Amino acid sequence: MASITLRNLVKQYGDGFPAVNDVSIDIADGEFIILVGPSGCGKSTLLRMIVGLEDITSGDLLINGERVNEKAPRERNLAMVFQNYALYPHLTVFENIAFPLRLAKHRHSEEEIRRMVTEAARTLELTDHLERKPANLSGGQRQRVAMGRAIVRKADAFLFDEPLSNLDAKLRGQMRSEISQMQRRLGVTSVYVTHDQTEAMTLGDRVAVLKKGVLQQIASPRELYEQPVNLFVAGFIGSPSMNFLPAAVEPDRLRTPVGDIPLAADKLRAAAGRQVVLAGIRPEYFEDAALVDEAKRGHGYAFTAELTHSEWLGNEQYGYISFDPSPEIRRLLENLARDMDAEELRPQIVVTLDAASRIRGGRPAQLWVDTRRVHLFDPETGLNLTRDAEAGQALTAEAEAARKEEINLARERQRVPVQG
Amino acid sequence: MKTSAGRERAIWAAIAILVLLYALFPVASIFATSFKQPSDLTSGKFLPTEWVTDNYEQILVGNAQGLFLSALWNSVGIALIATFIAVVLATLCAYAIARLDFPGKRLVLTTALAVSIFPVISIVTPLFNLWRSIGLYDTWPGLIIPYLSLTLPISIWTLAAFFRQIPWELEQAAQVDGATTWQAFRKAIVPLAAPGVFTTAIIAFFIAWNDFVYGISLTSTEAARPVPAALAFFTGASQFEAPTGAISAAAIIVTIPVVLLVVLFQRQIVSGLTQGAVKG
Amino acid sequence: MSTSTKTAASAAARSTGRSAAPARYSERVRAERRLGWLLAGPAFVVMLAVTAYPILQAAYDSLFNYRLTAPGERSFVGLGNYGVILTDDLFWRDLGVTVLITVVTVLVELVLGFALALVMHKALKSVRGLLRTAILVPYGIITVVSAFAWFYAFDINSGYVNNWFGWLPGIDQDLNWFADTGTALFVIIASEIWKTTPFISLLLLAGLAQVPDELNEAALVDGATWWERMRRVILPNMKAAIMVAVLFRALDAFRIFDNVFIMTGGAYGTEVLSLLAYRTSIGRLEIGLGSAVSVVLFICVLLICFIAIKLFKVDLAGARGGKS
Repeated sequence: MASITLRNLVKQYGDGFPAVNDVSIDIADGEFIILVGPSGCGKSTLLRMIVGLEDITSGDLLINGERVNEKAPRERNLAMVFQNYALYPHLTVFENIAFPLRLAKHRHSEEEIRRMVTEAARTLELTDHLERKPANLSGGQRQRVAMGRAIVRKADAFLFDEPLSNLDAKLRGQMRSEISQMQRRLGVTSVYVTHDQTEAMTLGDRVAVLKKGVLQQIASPRELYEQPVNLFVAGFIGSPSMNFLPAAVEPDRLRTPVGDIPLAADKLRAAAGRQVVLAGIRPEYFEDAALVDEAKRGHGYAFTAELTHSEWLGNEQYGYISFDPSPEIRRLLENLARDMDAEELRPQIVVTLDAASRIRGGRPAQLWVDTRRVHLFDPETGLNLTRDAEAGQALTAEAEAARKEEINLARERQRVPVQG
Repeated sequence: MKTSAGRERAIWAAIAILVLLYALFPVASIFATSFKQPSDLTSGKFLPTEWVTDNYEQILVGNAQGLFLSALWNSVGIALIATFIAVVLATLCAYAIARLDFPGKRLVLTTALAVSIFPVISIVTPLFNLWRSIGLYDTWPGLIIPYLSLTLPISIWTLAAFFRQIPWELEQAAQVDGATTWQAFRKAIVPLAAPGVFTTAIIAFFIAWNDFVYGISLTSTEAARPVPAALAFFTGASQFEAPTGAISAAAIIVTIPVVLLVVLFQRQIVSGLTQGAVKG
Repeated sequence: MSTSTKTAASAAARSTGRSAAPARYSERVRAERRLGWLLAGPAFVVMLAVTAYPILQAAYDSLFNYRLTAPGERSFVGLGNYGVILTDDLFWRDLGVTVLITVVTVLVELVLGFALALVMHKALKSVRGLLRTAILVPYGIITVVSAFAWFYAFDINSGYVNNWFGWLPGIDQDLNWFADTGTALFVIIASEIWKTTPFISLLLLAGLAQVPDELNEAALVDGATWWERMRRVILPNMKAAIMVAVLFRALDAFRIFDNVFIMTGGAYGTEVLSLLAYRTSIGRLEIGLGSAVSVVLFICVLLICFIAIKLFKVDLAGARGGKS
């Protein structure tokens, strides 16, 4: 088991382009860290720098406090699961899993290898497939073989490079929970690269959001969601994405395309001095005004708007309100969409409504928005003007405590022999 | 349903027979000729009236033995050596092309392409002249060197196509798994690259084995003359006897390795030839 | 961890002050380039040595009146040898024969090769291996052997073709196929086609395999007949493969030598350019004149390439230069 420290890591390519730019992260022993970001953000490069497949241009990489910049991959004792699994096609499943053990020649006897591989195969439910070649396995099985190769290693840490991106949606969900449980059971430090924010949110103890090689924010999923540092993080985390509404700041209210929204004074004060800000409102902060609890109603503001159309999903429904932003704002939103690797951001507001709501498109409707949770962003720098750092830290500390508890629980359970 | 499946099978059987006829008839023709007696040659019939092995005896143990066996030995030796050198050089070259980034990569590939379409006869004259003055005329090296102009380009193209398809990240995976650079290469890459190299060797061998122009131009005696050239200069057992039977027998013998390789490695040869052709 | 915005901001500031880093990286790049040339170099040098050097030597030799039979009388004649060649009817006749053979073989092979490719592509699994194996036999066989096989089958003495096809008008026991330009060329072309069609059909098979099945199915749903699907869907999508196959085969057919040498030796008006070059330099030892023929032949090949690439936009190298 190991802690991994990234200190000011830089990766610069021949043309001077920094693929990874001054990234510092402390990864605690047993922690599950996610590196997430749109394609080209440097997350895979960062992972490959940790495992030793990419040179580090500058900065320090420490494993258990020891600097390993110059060490070859095999000297770092890390295990990696590759995106397309990197199974050796000429070897059977058994030999694939045994491969790292055989490389450490004199350390394991044949018997030992057989025992370790069978053991790993049993936990991964691969026992029946040990003699088959990778070409004859399903996607999920290949994925498990790749994990088996990592498990038998007793490596200091597991590195995952988008391991689920080649699987279909259903299998992805299943493998996600298997990886999560395995990580907790083994208590092994893990770094996991993905562009899928569902994976990021569900798996990570902490999630590092990267954009163009620069670390934007690293925090627990909840802190990212509720207290994002900037427009990019706010827009990238969450699905459907946060809505960004251009808003003029008035002494006691925001003037937005859907009407004037009264806002708490401290939030407006944070935005003071700026003509226009972007109000970030997540879809679920909206509700059908008719269905809001009386107790909650006072924390928000009701307004009238016309939905263009709505989509009913069973457990909830999405409504869409379109608005016509000024050219500057339109450009801003387009840039943001490009940064996030998304398709163009349509100038529309997505609102999540209760499944029971009778609001339909084409008619004016009464909506309600929870104004406590609105964030204001500086359109120039993208910074979140209303971020509550303390509340954010509290959320991450909470997650940290939960992780420790889970690991202890898992270790305890291991000590007690489980039947079956 | 059943009848249409049956009909489809019948149609395919007919097509298969047609293709087989097309592909094998000339071989069968010379095969039949090789078993004819001299007097039987002018019978105007496809099959020999009586199957005799005289022609084979003549070239293998008879008076044409020296001529044929030395040519066979030359052909085998020269083709194998030229294939070996081409494959070794091409493997290194294709590895660099598939794996490394260096300026001039396109130049190397384009050169290979240009060399492969080069009219062989155009370089025979200067080589003929040069070989005579430096003593390579009528020697093994004197054929092996120009054979490289035939075998090297196609080997480079075929191998580069093969190597591009190797999942090279396996090498990295092996290194993460604890392998040294050499171990990673030997245990993860060599087993994957070997079939491609082997296939390329077969194709290169076919080409060297097939050569005729260099063979007749750059040799003059049994010292280095390969089979195709020897066949062209074959004379009969006596001046008055056409060497038809002996040539046919010799032709069949040099076709045996071709047929063996084709039957054993059909799949590999097809993939090698088509991969070299398909882009990407 | 809540200070990460500051980290992001300072990263940008720090990266500008970092100039030592690229130098270290470019060392790695240099090492990779060195290794690249170290590995590719030998093959590259050998290829140049066995082709570029001889053709330059030939170009030089072609400027002299030079016979090996009289080495002392070597004299500079400038482009005189080319004058001799280009004003010689024999050269133009040989060129005509060569072009005729090239055009006919390529056209026939294209049709036949495509049919074979279709057969191999669509064949049931049970016969596919058999068909491919059979097809590879002509590909692998020595051209000289093929020439002899066809020669003996048609030969007036040892052949059976006259006997078999005596019922056809114009064919009888006394027809000497190799004593007339037309009939001799017919057999030469037949042998050439038999031997090289498999290669072209494999190239076409590769192209055929690249046409997505969905396209064909979509056309089927749209109501296209078999012929329409071929002409409007399959063939247009195989254009690149077809062009490459045609060019390769045309260049190959243009250097035809073995079949002609074995069957007629160039007699009865069947001589081709390669044979002319061979006869001049190796046969008559007229190195100067022979070199000039070699150079002309080389220029012809270049011309065909140039026309194909410029006019028909054949993309020979395609995207192959780059890393995949």
